[in-house]
Amino acid sequence: MRVCSQTSPAYGACSSAPDEMVEVISATLEGFVSTSALLFSLSPKDNTFGFGQQAQFAAFSHKPICVLLMLSDISLQVCGPSWLSQAGLGGCIHLKNEEKRNLSLGGHVGFDSLPDQLVSKSVTQGFCFNILCVGETGIGKSTLMNTLFNTMFENEEASHYQNGVYLRPRTYDLQESNVHLKLTIVDTVGFGDQINKEDSYKPIVDYIDTQFENYLQEELKIKRSLFNYHDTRIHICLYFIAPTGHSLKSLDLVTMKKLDSKVNIIPIIAKADTISKSELHKFKIKIMSELVSNGVQIYQFPTDDEAVSEINASMNAHLPFAVVGSVEEVKVGNKTVRARQYPWGVVQVENESHCDFVKLREMLIRVNMEDLREQTHARHYELYRRCKLEEMGFKDTDPDSQPFSLQETYEAKRKEFLGDLQRKEEEMRQMFVNKVKETEAELKEKERELHEKFEQLKRMHQDEKRKVEEKRRELEDEMNAFNRKKVACETLSSQPLKKDKDKKKSVKTENQSGVSASSSKVMMAKASVEPLNCQSWWQAIQCCTCLVHNAAWKPEGGVF
Amino acid sequence: MSEAVVPDAMVPPAVGSLYGEKAGGAIVDFSYVGIDAILEQMRRKAMKQGFELNIMVVGQSGLGKSTLMNTLFKSKVSRKSVLGTGQEKIPKTIEIKSISHDIEEKGVRMKLTVIDTPGFGDQINNENWYSIISVLSCKIFWQPIMKFINDQYEAYLQEEININRKKRIPDSRIHCCIYFIPPTGHCLRPLDVEFMRRLSKVVNIVPVIAKADTLTLEERDFFKKKIREELRANGIDVYPQKEFDEDAEDRMINEKIREMIPFAVVGSDQEYQVNGRRLLGRKTKWGTIEVENIAHCEFAYLRDLLIRTHMQNIKDITSSIHYEMYRVRRLNENNTAVAHANGVPEHHLTAHEILTHEMQDSDLPSTPSLPPPSPDLT
Repeated sequence: MRVCSQTSPAYGACSSAPDEMVEVISATLEGFVSTSALLFSLSPKDNTFGFGQQAQFAAFSHKPICVLLMLSDISLQVCGPSWLSQAGLGGCIHLKNEEKRNLSLGGHVGFDSLPDQLVSKSVTQGFCFNILCVGETGIGKSTLMNTLFNTMFENEEASHYQNGVYLRPRTYDLQESNVHLKLTIVDTVGFGDQINKEDSYKPIVDYIDTQFENYLQEELKIKRSLFNYHDTRIHICLYFIAPTGHSLKSLDLVTMKKLDSKVNIIPIIAKADTISKSELHKFKIKIMSELVSNGVQIYQFPTDDEAVSEINASMNAHLPFAVVGSVEEVKVGNKTVRARQYPWGVVQVENESHCDFVKLREMLIRVNMEDLREQTHARHYELYRRCKLEEMGFKDTDPDSQPFSLQETYEAKRKEFLGDLQRKEEEMRQMFVNKVKETEAELKEKERELHEKFEQLKRMHQDEKRKVEEKRRELEDEMNAFNRKKVACETLSSQPLKKDKDKKKSVKTENQSGVSASSSKVMMAKASVEPLNCQSWWQAIQCCTCLVHNAAWKPEGGVF
Repeated sequence: MSEAVVPDAMVPPAVGSLYGEKAGGAIVDFSYVGIDAILEQMRRKAMKQGFELNIMVVGQSGLGKSTLMNTLFKSKVSRKSVLGTGQEKIPKTIEIKSISHDIEEKGVRMKLTVIDTPGFGDQINNENWYSIISVLSCKIFWQPIMKFINDQYEAYLQEEININRKKRIPDSRIHCCIYFIPPTGHCLRPLDVEFMRRLSKVVNIVPVIAKADTLTLEERDFFKKKIREELRANGIDVYPQKEFDEDAEDRMINEKIREMIPFAVVGSDQEYQVNGRRLLGRKTKWGTIEVENIAHCEFAYLRDLLIRTHMQNIKDITSSIHYEMYRVRRLNENNTAVAHANGVPEHHLTAHEILTHEMQDSDLPSTPSLPPPSPDLT
C-alpha cells in the first residue's frame, strides 16, 4: 500500500481564495490515481465555519473526506453538525464539546410535536415563492408556468419589438388543500430580440439586486417587521435554452454566468418535442460540459438529507430538463391528458418517456422548494449583504480588537454626512452673503451717481437762477433810473405853463417829438403816480405796455 | 399512440394506468400540483436542524425549581443533578448559571438550556455594607436577571449585525421565564409584583404556584383569584399576553389558559406505585400526590402549555416582539448617544453604575407594546 500525502498552503476564510484553492487542489488530485481521503483541519481560533470553507467542502463532497477538527477548548455549538451535512458530508464525526450533555428521557415529554407546531404556524403565515423565467420571446415560458401550476395565468403574448429587456413580475395567490402560496412569476420580455445583446443581462441582474436591496433595507430598519414582509427575492431562475441541438448560445452563457452567483439557476431545454431522443442526449451532454468549462454554477439538488438524497442525485444527472408545456387536453386512449397534438402523434406532457416535465415539477415543487428558499436566503442573499455592507464601508471584527459596532460605524458615517451637509450649507450661505454685498455695492454706486447728477443739476439751476437774478437787478436798476428821470421831468414840468396851446403844442410836440421821452415821462409819471405794484421786472414791462396801450393818454397819431 | 412506457424501477399496478406510480404509491392526478409538499419539506428541515429552547427559573430558594425542571423534562436537567454524584448539599446559587442538554424524542432533537437564578436572599453577603443597603433597596434582586436577559438579546443582536454571519445564529435568548410564587395563600408579595412587572416587559413570564400540595383546593382557587386580580391591577401581562392573540381561535384557546394561570404545580422526580402503575409523585402519610393527575395538581397543564402546544408560539413572541423591542431601544440609544459618559459600553457597567443609572432612569413603557414610531435608519 502506498500512501502519498500532499499538503496545501494555508488559506484564510475570505470568499475569493476558495476558488483558487479548489483549482489548485483539483489540479493536484488529478495527478493521483485515486484519492482515498482529504484531510481538512480547522484551527482552534477559527470557531466559525466560514462560507468559503463550506464552498470547498461542497466542491469535494464526492470524495471521502475526513475532517480533523482541533477543538480542544472551544465548543462548536455555533455550528453543529448541520453545517457538515449541508456540505454534503456523511459519516460520523465526533465533536468534543464541553457544555452540552446528551440525556435520555425517562418518559414521554411531548416535544416531538414541535415540528407540527412549526408547520402549523407556517401554514397560517403562508408561503411565498418567486420564479424568474429567462428566455427568448416565444420559447414557451408562460405556457410552462401554466402547465406547472395547473392554472391559466392571464398574460398576453409579448411583442418581439421591444428595444430593451424588461422584467414583468406578476403575483398570484394559489391555494392547495390548506397551503396558501404567494407565487410571483417574473417574465423577461424582449430577451434575445435586440440586435445588440450585450446588455441583455443587465436588467435581470438589476432586478435581482433590487429585491435583495429591499430585503436588506427592511432588515436594517430600526422598527422592522420581517415576519410580515412580502419576500420578493427570486428563489429560482429557470433558464430556457432554445432547442437548437448544437450548443449553448453566447447570450445564454453570458447571462448564466452573470446570474449564477445571485440566484439558483436550473437550465431547461424548451420545446423539447423538436429534438429526437439521440440528439437530445448529445445536446444535454454538450450543454453541461459547456457550463462546467465556463464555470457556471447551476443549482444542484441537495443530497445531504437521506430521505431525498437518492432521488435528488439521480435528478442531478438529468439536468438540464427537456420540457414540453401544454394546457390543451387531448384524449389518448380512454384518458384525457395534457398534450400537444401533431399529425404524426401526441406528445404527452406528463409522460416521462416523452419529456422531463414530471421531473421538473417533482424537483421544483414537491421536493426542493424549501431548499431553494433557504439557499436563496442563506447563500445568495448573505453574499449580497456582505458585499453591500463592505462597500458601504462597514467592517466586522478585527482579530485582536473589539468588534466594530455596525451602529457606531453608521453613527460615524452619519456624522460625516451631516458635517458635509453643514459645510455645504455654510458655503451656500457664504455665497449668498457675497452676492448681497455685491448688489449692495452696485446700488451704492448708482446712488452716488444719482446724487452727483442731482448736485450737478442743482448747481446748474442755481447758476441759472443767479443769472436771472442779475438780469433782474439790472432791470430794476434801469427802472430806478427811469423813475428818477421821470421825477426830475415832473419837477421840471410842474413849472407855470405859457399858453395852453403852446403848452398843449409843446406838450404835444413834446409828446410827438420826444415820443419815447414823453411817453417814457408819461410812463414814469404814471409810474410815479401809480406805484407799480409789480414784483418782477416782467410784470413791470407788462404794466407799462398796458399803460401805453391805454386810450387815456395815447398820443394822437398813434405814434406807437 | 403508444402506451406510456413505465420506467423499470417502478412496478405498474395490476390495473393498468397510463401514468407510472410515484414512489409514494399515489396515482398522479394531473390537477394536483404538489404545493403542499412544502409542509413535508419544512418538517424535514426542522427535524434536521433541531430546536433550541431556553427556560429560566426564578424564585426563592427551596421552592422546588430544580425538581420541577426535572419533572418537566423527565430527566435530570437541573444543576443539582448535573453537579455531581458525591455532593449531598449543593451550594446555593449565587450567580446565574445555565446548563445545556441535548435531548431527543422520536427523531426530534432539542437543545434545552435551563437557566438557574439565585433565590432571593441568597445574594446577601453581609460583609459588604453596600450590599446590605442594596438588598434593602431590593433592586439587586432583579438587576442581574434583567441584565442577563438583555445580555442574551445583545449577543444575538451583535451576531445579527455582523457582516459575515453564521448560517444559524445560536439562539441563547430566554424564551420563557417560570416565576415561582410561594404558596402563602394570601396574595402576592410586593417583591413578586415588582419583579414580575419588570420581567414581563422583556421576557415571557409564566407564573406558577410552587409546592401547591400545601394548599387545599379552595385555598388554591382563592389564591389564584387574588393573584390574577393583582396582576391585572398592576398591569402585568403574563404569557399568553392578551395583545398578541392573532385571531378569534387563538383568543379562545388563550382565554381558557388565562383563566387557569398561575398553575399550581407539584414537582417530583421519584416514582411510586399507584393503582398498579408507576407514576411520578410525592408520597406522604396521608396519601400520594400524583404529579400528572389533573385532579391533584396542574402540572399537566403547565407541561402541555409549555411543550406540547405553545412552545413555538413562545419562541415566536420572544424573537419577534421582545427581541425587536430590545433592538429598537438599543438602536435608538446609539442614535441619540445617551448616558455613555465615560465611553464605556453598556454591558460593561458595574452593578453600582447600573444602580445609579437606574435611579435616574425613566421607567420602561408600561405595556409590552411596540414603542412609538421612530425614525428609520434609511
